[in-house]
Amino acid sequence: MRESLDQWPFVWAAYAVVVLATLALLGWSWVAMQRAEKRRDEARQR
Amino acid sequence: MHFYANPTRFLKIARWLTVPLLLAGLALTGAALAWSLIMLPPDRLMGETVRILPIHVATAWLGMAGWTSIAIASLIELVWRHPLAAIAARASAVPGAVFTFACLASGSIWARPTWGTWWVWDGRLTSMLVLLFLYLGYIALTAALAREGQPSRIAAIFGIVGVINIPIINRSVEWWNSLHQPASITLGQSAIDPVFLWPLLAATVGFSLLFGAVVLMRMRALLAEIQTEARLRRRAQQAGLPSENFA
Repeated sequence: MRESLDQWPFVWAAYAVVVLATLALLGWSWVAMQRAEKRRDEARQR
Repeated sequence: MHFYANPTRFLKIARWLTVPLLLAGLALTGAALAWSLIMLPPDRLMGETVRILPIHVATAWLGMAGWTSIAIASLIELVWRHPLAAIAARASAVPGAVFTFACLASGSIWARPTWGTWWVWDGRLTSMLVLLFLYLGYIALTAALAREGQPSRIAAIFGIVGVINIPIINRSVEWWNSLHQPASITLGQSAIDPVFLWPLLAATVGFSLLFGAVVLMRMRALLAEIQTEARLRRRAQQAGLPSENFA
């Protein structure tokens, strides 16, 4: 009799990759936008 | 279209739109993922791994939509000299690459329990990998052109030529033998049971909203960098300094 493969670790791994990649992209884009707009505002005020 | 070509007008709309788009995307994506993980029943053939379907299809769609956006924006840049088109194309590249990578990774993880292998060199998987390499090349090219202060026309041509890969990805499962299943959703038709279809649609819309929010954030960042550089350059010229010091 074939032993069945536990599929849940694959499901969790796929979700972890997609969710972490998406959150990292959102966080990076947000921080880059805030920094760039802050630098522009500082350059305007100088 | 030219109405929105004005960066000031665009920034006004983008500032108003970024946070609502981000929050709506997070809420819808979170709900779709929770729905897929908790509520979906196991599939008769794929078992529990059917829960990967919504995230895999949504990221595949965004990987291809990202390059299609680059090609459209590049065409607008070349034909109509739209000032924001090059910035929109550049802003779409990183999210497109991230979602293409997420599609390949989730697909590979899904393949192991269903196909018995992490990877096969068939038409669909290989053309999707080529898309990731196209993104990486485009990102490197646009960064190099921006650093050297060169016009972005070469990148625009690259963006238009690269779009040939999108129909190849789409038709690959019809043209070549593949372990990958044929298209389950075509215009107006779906071979997917509604139990799986609705969370898939919710995840696709949710991730698309997040993609839109990321593109707006990256466009705002690129515009702010250009404006900062222009201001510093002007100030350097007024002070009689060589402007290269401020590039």
